[in-house]
Formats: sequence, C-alpha cells, structure tokens
Amino acid sequence: MTAAAEDDVAIEPPRAETPLRRFLADFFASRLATVGLVLLLAVIFIALFAPWISPQNPYDLAALDLLDGRLPPGSQSADGLTYWLGTDDQGRDMLSAIFYGLRTSLAVGALSAVFALALGTALGLLAAYVGGRTESLIMRLVDLQLSFPAILVALILLALLGQGIDKIILALVVVQWAYFARTVRASALVERRKEYVEAARCLALGDARIMLHHLLPNCLPPLIVVMTVQVAHAIALEATLSFLGIGLPITEPSLGLLIANGFEYMMSGKYWISFFPGVALLIAIVAINLVGDRLRDVLNPRLQR
Amino acid sequence: MTVFILRRLMQSAVVLMVMSALVFVGVFAIGNPVDILISPQADQAEIARATAALGLDKPLWEQYFIFVVNALHGNLGISFVFNEPALRLIAERLPATLELAFSAIVISVVLGLPLGLYVGLKPDTAVSRTIAAGSILGFSLPTFWVGIMLIMVFAVELGWLPSTGRGATVSVLGVDLSILTWDGLKHLLLPAINLALSRIALVIRLTASGTREVVHMDYVKFARAKGLSQRRVIGVHVLKNILIPIVTVLGLETGAVIAFSVVTETIFAWPGIGRLIISSITVLDRPVIVAYLMMTVLLVILINLAVDVLYSLLDPRVRYGEARA
Repeated sequence: MTAAAEDDVAIEPPRAETPLRRFLADFFASRLATVGLVLLLAVIFIALFAPWISPQNPYDLAALDLLDGRLPPGSQSADGLTYWLGTDDQGRDMLSAIFYGLRTSLAVGALSAVFALALGTALGLLAAYVGGRTESLIMRLVDLQLSFPAILVALILLALLGQGIDKIILALVVVQWAYFARTVRASALVERRKEYVEAARCLALGDARIMLHHLLPNCLPPLIVVMTVQVAHAIALEATLSFLGIGLPITEPSLGLLIANGFEYMMSGKYWISFFPGVALLIAIVAINLVGDRLRDVLNPRLQR
Repeated sequence: MTVFILRRLMQSAVVLMVMSALVFVGVFAIGNPVDILISPQADQAEIARATAALGLDKPLWEQYFIFVVNALHGNLGISFVFNEPALRLIAERLPATLELAFSAIVISVVLGLPLGLYVGLKPDTAVSRTIAAGSILGFSLPTFWVGIMLIMVFAVELGWLPSTGRGATVSVLGVDLSILTWDGLKHLLLPAINLALSRIALVIRLTASGTREVVHMDYVKFARAKGLSQRRVIGVHVLKNILIPIVTVLGLETGAVIAFSVVTETIFAWPGIGRLIISSITVLDRPVIVAYLMMTVLLVILINLAVDVLYSLLDPRVRYGEARA
C-alpha cells in the first residue's frame, strides 16, 4: 500500500487521493504539528552534524581556555570566538557542548527505543499469535513491569549494573519494552481474526512469515505512536538519571550532565550553564511529543473521516 | 473479595521474594565496599578483618540466607557508612518523603480537577486551549530541570522562598512534619509544586477527556431537564462519574511520586529517602540500597493492591463482573 502510494507521488501529479497524500495532508493540517516536525528535523540535523557545525570541539582540552570559564552569554574569547550561550566552569562554549549533548541524548533515546521496540514487538506478536500459556506468561510480565514506576526500575538496574552508556540503554529498554508488547498484542489480537490472516494460513505459509509479513505491517500505526512517545520518555529519563549522577559517565556528556554541572553555579546567579541545555532538552522533547500527538490523531482509525 | 485479596497477597509475596533475590545478588555483584570504606593505606590483615566484620567473606548463598532470616526479623542489615540499622535510617527519613509526596498529590488534585473540568466543559475557548497546551508542556518538561528553574526564579532571583531543607518541623505523634509551621510550609512549597507538575497535567487530561465523554450522556441531559442547577449537575452527576478513573490513576501514581521524589529531594536537599538512596548508591552502602529497594517495592505493591480493592469498592460494575467470572 505504501509502495503504491509513493510511486504515485513520484511519477506524476494527478490529484487522485492516495493514502500517503491523505496522511500528509492530515498531518500538516495542524500548524502546531508542523512546527513540531520542523523543530524535530532541526534537532536531528544538529545531533547528526554536531562535530561539523559546532564553533568549538568542546571535548578537545587543547581548545579550552580556563580563563574563559563561566563567561556570560555573548562574551568574546581571546581569539575572537563569540560565546553566544556563555561558557561553563572549564571555559567550554555552551553552544558546542549543547550540540554534542543533543547528539548523545538523542542517540541514547533513539537506540533504547529501537531495542525496546524490537523486543516488545517480538514478545507482543508471539503472545497474540501463540496464545495459551506463552501469552499469559508474557502478559503477566508486562503487568508486573508496568506496575512499577519507571524511575524505580531504572534505579534498581543502575544500582546493580553501574554506570555506562550500554548499561543505561539496557535499563531504558527494560523500562520500555512492556509498552510496545502491550500495544502490539492488542492490535495483533484484532488483526489475527481477519480474513487475510486466514487466507495466509490457507496458503500454508509459515508462522514466522504470517507474523512478520502479514500481522506486523497491520499493527504498525499504533506502534509508531508509542515509539515517538517512548523516544521522548527515554530522553527525559536518561537526562534525569544522568543529572542524579547514576546515568551516563562524565566522558559521555549528555544534556542531563550539562544541567547537573551548572546546578552548583545556579545559586550565584550564573544561570546559563543549566538553563540553555535545559531549553535544548525541552525543545527536543516537546518537538517529539507534538509530532507524536498529531500522529496519534491522524493514525487513529476511529477519528478517520 | 477476600479470596481476591488473599490471592493478590500471595502473588505480591512471590514478587517480593523474587525481587529480593535479584536485588541482593545484583547488589552483591557491584564493586567491593571495603575498598571505599577503608583507608588506602590499610594492610592485608586490616582489609581481611573489615571484610569479615561486614560478613563479606561468606559465600553468596549464605549471605543471602542470613539476609532473608534477618529480614523476616525486621532487620535489613547495618549501614556500612552510618553504622546504624538500614531500616531505621529509612524509617527516620520516610515521613519527609511521604509528606512531600502527599502534598504533591493534593496540589495536583486541587489545581488539576477544576482546570480539567473547565477544559472538558468549554473545549473551544482560548483559555481551554492554553490549559491543554500547558498540560502537554507539563508532560514534556523534565522534573529536575523545572526544579532548577523554580529555584532560580523564586529562590535566587526573587528571594521569596527557600530552596533547601525542610525548615522548622513540629513533632506530631513522634513524626516530624514541616507542613504545620509557616517556615516549614515555605520550604515545602517549591519541592511539592515541582513534584506535582506532571501529575497536574495528568489530572487535567483525565478530567477533561472524562468530562467531554460524560456531558453527552443521557443521565446528564436528564439531570439538566429536571431543572437542576448547573453547579449540581457538574458537581454531583458529572464529577461522580469521572472520579473513578482519576482516583485509580492517582492511586497508582502515588508509587511513582514516591519514586520520583528522588529527583526533587536531590535538587531541594529535602532530607527524605530519595536523597539517602542516591548517596548510598554513590558510596556503595549495600545494606541501605537493598533496604531502600525492598521498602519501595513493598510500598508500590501495597499501593497497587489498595487501589485495586478501592476500585472495586467504588465501581459496582467491576464487582459484579468479578462475581460472574
């Protein structure tokens, strides 16, 4: 269905309504969502190209000058570089630090959500397709997982595992997989009874093929929505844990660590070290949530005209 | 009902057992607390003595066995750092955390319910749209950053409210409370608002969507047709029916609020169990980590159980459904 729609758009412009075009028109009908998407693309661009667009390499100690420490926004360095967002205690340009921080935060959020998506989807599909004892075991695990606050689970895991980028991703995956599993199972249970699945069965296709090629594509819309929500959630949780000093190590400076670093200077009125990384974090999360909210509305079959 | 509660209690005991084993084995696997507690100049004999004194020289299964036996006697180990029973350390700090969590929940209901009702009743006004957009923001804003900003604005720039500690406390039945003194209340306000923020957004959303569904129901139209005042229709007929999901979700959120107070307590230097656990994790104070995690897990399990029971008491439909099943 998507392939056909894309062909149609690519070849010529007959104003025929295709699912993709209707989807895009629906999405951009909301000005707020459009703004969210533009912001999100900007954030992704910055994260991807941080090393090339940053005024300074914030983690090259040779480039830093301790004498430039804690300068307010707009100050000039000795060699003519303007610190638009000020500097931190080590004379690091905050703008560059934020660009690099966005890179780390976004990478951790997206990676953990992708892993959680894979794990949760596999288990959710399995539960819905196989049923019986497998299903009740998986769903019992989901219920158990969801009954504990996310931060408590993350706290337990990080207390056990220690610090590190791999450990925090693992903790975030454990926190998130249950949402995906629950979502996939719910829609797969409905889809499973439809005729096309029966038809696939009559063709004697293998179980794996029916699950992945027939059931999964039809469960995608709600999954995409959950995915956006969970990426935002993962970014916020990672920042929180890093702020508490139990998330990422100091060698992988995410936005949460930058904010924690500026916290001690807050009392003396040097607001910019904490404030601007927080704004960047906020923009990233709000942009993802705006896009996700709109996707939820557009993809919801109950609201479709 | 009794059977239901009994079955849930048994399940909870199993979960607690599994969690205790996981946490214990996991905590055992991280670092060696002796390295941190003893001076670097200590010789081999001293290290061996310290290890034996902490019971760390025994095999893991024996340590776990001792832990379980002691735990059943109400002893969750002695803190390596404070040299006091871990449970007492937590019990001393628990009232501060509960006070904070309770205040946050009260604030979220007091602010969230009226705002949500307004949005639900008049969804198309500019004010409603602002509130709804604000609630998206409330979900998106990370708690710790909001806390820092609250300190920056109200404590540093304006100097209206203090930013650290509990202030003066009053002892009520042996429990210290801040909320009863003017100074304590001032100290409580910022952290409580900080912790309440995302729950205010949650209550607004739940109330608004509930109201929008309920106002079109026949019984509401009928109540209007009877000539009841707007206040009575909203206050009794609408509110009563939207309250069930709100009470349930808020009940379940209580566990999350207590867990999330880790963040707020760290920022506002609030002397509760959240600050204790963060510092214990950094110095590898194993007994306190284990005791905190077990306590919080137990608390969450009990809260979930209480909410389930409350839910079936509030909504007769659930009870009937269960009786049939």
